[in-house]
Amino acid sequence: MKQEEPRQEPAGSRRSDLPAQDGAFSQSLQGHGLELVRGETHTLQVNVGLLCNQACRHCHLEAGPTRREVMSRATMNDVIAYARRVRFEVIDITGGAPEMVPDIEYLIGELAPLTPRLMLRSNLTALGQEGRERLLELCVRQRVVIVSSFPATNPGQTDSQRGQGVWEQSIAMLRRLNEEGYGIEGSGLELDLVANPAGAFLPTSQQEAERKFKRDLERKFGIVFNHIYTFANMPLGRFRAWLEKSGNYRPYMEKLAQSFNPCTVSGLMCRTLVSVSWDGYLYDCDFNQAEGLPLGGEKIHVAMMPGLPEPGTPIAVGDHCYACTAGSGFT
Amino acid sequence: MENYYDPADLPKFAEIGKEAPELAKKFFDYYGQVFAEGELTEREKALIALAVAHTVQCPYCIDAYTRACLEKGSNLGEMTEALHVVTAIRGGASLVHGMQMRRIAEKISM
Ligand code: SF4
Repeated sequence: MKQEEPRQEPAGSRRSDLPAQDGAFSQSLQGHGLELVRGETHTLQVNVGLLCNQACRHCHLEAGPTRREVMSRATMNDVIAYARRVRFEVIDITGGAPEMVPDIEYLIGELAPLTPRLMLRSNLTALGQEGRERLLELCVRQRVVIVSSFPATNPGQTDSQRGQGVWEQSIAMLRRLNEEGYGIEGSGLELDLVANPAGAFLPTSQQEAERKFKRDLERKFGIVFNHIYTFANMPLGRFRAWLEKSGNYRPYMEKLAQSFNPCTVSGLMCRTLVSVSWDGYLYDCDFNQAEGLPLGGEKIHVAMMPGLPEPGTPIAVGDHCYACTAGSGFT
Repeated sequence: MENYYDPADLPKFAEIGKEAPELAKKFFDYYGQVFAEGELTEREKALIALAVAHTVQCPYCIDAYTRACLEKGSNLGEMTEALHVVTAIRGGASLVHGMQMRRIAEKISM
């Protein structure tokens, strides 16, 4: 039998109260004498909408084919103007499926010259749909980094998280990206994968996942990529609903809270990132966006934001933050 | 108690050290070392443990190592193949003893 890992008791709370008790995460921080405040912000994350061709069971935003929220060209112009005012080291376009947003090519074309690293989160199946060739050409031309969800190296677990048939289409699209030069050493075209566990368990370490996914994908399918990032699933949105329905919510929250690692706090992405929602409002991260917790505690539109948030300003937290601080963290 | 096996026993496993702490410490230290990364990765060791757990039919180990395998990045296909490996060895081990049966039968048969 596996011996349980040593547990961190959040100060001031009994472990059995954790999942139900709002504010447990703040107490965990306090118990370790920590505060979650901003460092130097260098990344702009742009969520261009909740429309998606998939309805993955772990989606914290509940994106899907029936969602109509997408970023308008006017909001895009506000985002572009902000990126011009501030000059971010990284701009990260996410969704939904950004590929499905009507003016996405315009946004990419305008943002690319404003940052050394423009990233596009692609679910692969949307990028592979007919009529998206021009978008792919634009990504190649602008050297856009493509970041794709790819939870497991077997079809069953991938399809169960992301929908029937997603595995096959994803493999085909990864091959296509390789043909374009993505993921090939020396091409200057970066292809990264993101693996969220296909269920209520924690992810493996990034190093182990990279070793294994690289070996498996190359051996079985001849596919190569640059890096993989492993993230715990957020107990929000559709994943939370699934956790509750399947009786996994409480054990999952307990597991996250027990795995709280104070060393992860200084490297959390919310310390260095501003996240803009499809309607132009600012958040500390995409997860706080899902929870409706705005940056600085009040809704500020990107058009009204003069510059970067000041280092030292507090970050809005909730118990979902345990997913970022479990084990080796979500950095 | 209605069942011999209780899932709540698993997280309390360390309590086994209460009556004999020295021996328990030696066991848990050894256990920890065995499962640490060495020539084999932690993931590979968890797969072996999962397979063996099925042959010793320990529900606690099956529970713990199913989770451990998933968290160490193994997929269900690999976990199932690992079970077939021990099943093949288990079945083969029975079958190969059939050679004894044949030898003995031959010896005493006309
Ligand atoms: S969810 Fe994660 S990234 Fe967002 S505020 Fe909490 S710790 Fe930071």
